[in-house]
Amino acid sequence: MTEKGQILNRIRLALKTNAPRPGHPAPAQVKNPGGSHHPPSPGEPRNWLPKVGESVEEHRTLFARNAAELKADFHWLDSLEDARKLLNDMASREVWQKVATHAGECTSPLCSTLPCKVLTLSPGYDRNELESCNAGISECDFLVAQTGTVALTNQSAGGRALSVLPPHHIVLARKHQLLADLPAAFAGLRQKYGDNFPTMISLITGPSRTGDIERILVLGAHGPKKLTILAF
Amino acid sequence: MSFASEFRNRARVVASNLRHRQIIRTALGNYETARDRRKATYQDWQGARQLAAETKWEAINHLDHYLLDFSTRLEARGTKVHWASNASQAREIILAIVQEKQARSVIKSKAMTAEEIHLNEALEKAGLKVVESDLGELIVQLRRETPYHIVFPSMHLTREEISALFEKELGSAPTLDPEELTMIARRVLRGKYLTADIGITGGNFAVAETGMVSITENEGNARLTAALPKTMITLLGIEKIIPRLDDLALFLPMLATMGAGQALTGYNTLYGGPRQPGELDGPEEWHVVLLDNHRTELLADGEQRDALHCIRCGACLNVCPIFRNVGGHTYGTTYSGPIGSVITPHLRGLQDWKHLSGASSLCGACTETCPVKIDLHHHLLQNRRNAAQERPDNLEEAAFGVFGWLTRRPAAWKTVRFILQKIQPLTRQFQKKPWHPAKPWTQTRDLPVIPSESFRDWWKNRPKTSKHD
Ligand code: SF4
Repeated sequence: MTEKGQILNRIRLALKTNAPRPGHPAPAQVKNPGGSHHPPSPGEPRNWLPKVGESVEEHRTLFARNAAELKADFHWLDSLEDARKLLNDMASREVWQKVATHAGECTSPLCSTLPCKVLTLSPGYDRNELESCNAGISECDFLVAQTGTVALTNQSAGGRALSVLPPHHIVLARKHQLLADLPAAFAGLRQKYGDNFPTMISLITGPSRTGDIERILVLGAHGPKKLTILAF
Repeated sequence: MSFASEFRNRARVVASNLRHRQIIRTALGNYETARDRRKATYQDWQGARQLAAETKWEAINHLDHYLLDFSTRLEARGTKVHWASNASQAREIILAIVQEKQARSVIKSKAMTAEEIHLNEALEKAGLKVVESDLGELIVQLRRETPYHIVFPSMHLTREEISALFEKELGSAPTLDPEELTMIARRVLRGKYLTADIGITGGNFAVAETGMVSITENEGNARLTAALPKTMITLLGIEKIIPRLDDLALFLPMLATMGAGQALTGYNTLYGGPRQPGELDGPEEWHVVLLDNHRTELLADGEQRDALHCIRCGACLNVCPIFRNVGGHTYGTTYSGPIGSVITPHLRGLQDWKHLSGASSLCGACTETCPVKIDLHHHLLQNRRNAAQERPDNLEEAAFGVFGWLTRRPAAWKTVRFILQKIQPLTRQFQKKPWHPAKPWTQTRDLPVIPSESFRDWWKNRPKTSKHD
């Protein structure tokens, strides 16, 4: 028998003994979920998770508060033009030589007017060139107010490396992409991709960080030292 | 020397090391503040624990079903899934992949399962250069040590020690600035990332419904490991399964809260396959190795099956008075602290590792803190019971037999009491001697003097007063 078969057999044999269900004193009868492959969750996480409020305004305030705590820069802007101005200012202030981005609805118009070289990633791009860029500019799928998180995929945000290899990651989002909480983000991902999820979904919460030396917070351990989020 | 006496010896040394105590106390003090602040933001933390426990119960008690789902979905998108019954099979599978690729260098992100199967040693023996990319793991790798803690591998070291280590091993200039130290590691590892042939990761959750592996980290090193090398290998214990994608909406924040007092860990990333046509980058091949290594034996123990619910947050280590006093290395195991004491006897043999279940005050702090409600301290008791049933301690049984016999015979009891009381002053001078039979007790404590008057006698002879006094 294959190793797979043997492991599965051992599991089936082991499961002949029942284990008490948490919070239920007697051992429960284990029924195979069978028909419905993934029975609904026994509860609703939203009832227990931190509160988020109802209105967009509340979500915006919460996201801003979380971002500040995470040492991420968050800008809530009026228009694409405001985002353009902010990006161009940043480019001159941080003396960008070259930035990396991907083709996209927001990235393409905004990056075309930057006062520096722009590397637009295409399949087979040179990773050393990406590594030498001052910043990576990407789009995203959602912003999550509850935790100050940016949810993105390799489809929406230019592959796996763009958002993590350059020292500064800039996220471009439309205001309607701001969601209340994590359950909403997963529901949103499902709706957007159906059964065909991209091979990477990343929930990014603040710039790269470590506390491995005396538990003291240091930003930019491996990934970006800076995370800037522009919503417009 | 047996594992038990090694444990005792190390524990004695570390427990009296005041500097160690100071470092651990400061680190965990900060952790506790952050964790409590974060827990307080939940609408109902106990409700969240109950739901997490029930969800993991469902996954583990239908493990065959969910594992098949998980592997089928991964395979559908071109991932190669391997099954390993034990550590040596897992090592062989990984070595075969590495050799087939003619790889020379491997970059690793943190994986306790890799520690469990001693993967680094095996790869190095085969002539490969293995680099740990998580900062804490890199530090302990350079020190040729094992991780001190499953979440904070280098928490036992000071910046002075780390600076000296980097100076010696990486040739960097000494500095006491944690930021500069981190940047030294960043620079060194960047080069390795761009050239490594193989990336090896662990995983925190295996999502059955969508066939994805979720990896939690703060540094971005796992993100890079899964982005740059041509071949990616992920080693997972079979217990990592959760049923649904949406379950992560609960588990990710809970893991972050209990692991390090964060709302969410820096990067929580789900991988569903190698690079697909049309995708910009990512590994050409992805191998997922599912590891049993005695987990099915723990699964067969209905009483302790919930130990497989563990999400390796490390919270039980942080609150454990034993862990805090003897430190992570004293255990001599991959998994330390309460969860390590519970599962190591199942993974590596009850008789060899039962002493860990004895090293507990049974205060229950672990059970109270565990986000998935594992009944940790009762499992320690059950391990003690199982060990005694399997191999009874005759001397102990005889001693209790005699004691029981005496307590039922007042005259005999009185005589023995009288004799002991007379000879006790003579034996006191021997109680610190190394050959004293009750040495573990008498060396650090004084046996109370047996009083000349027993309680019975005192009760009988006490001055009689009126009822209502
Ligand atoms: S046993 Fe519970 S508290 Fe301990 S590491 Fe596992 S999940 Fe965390």
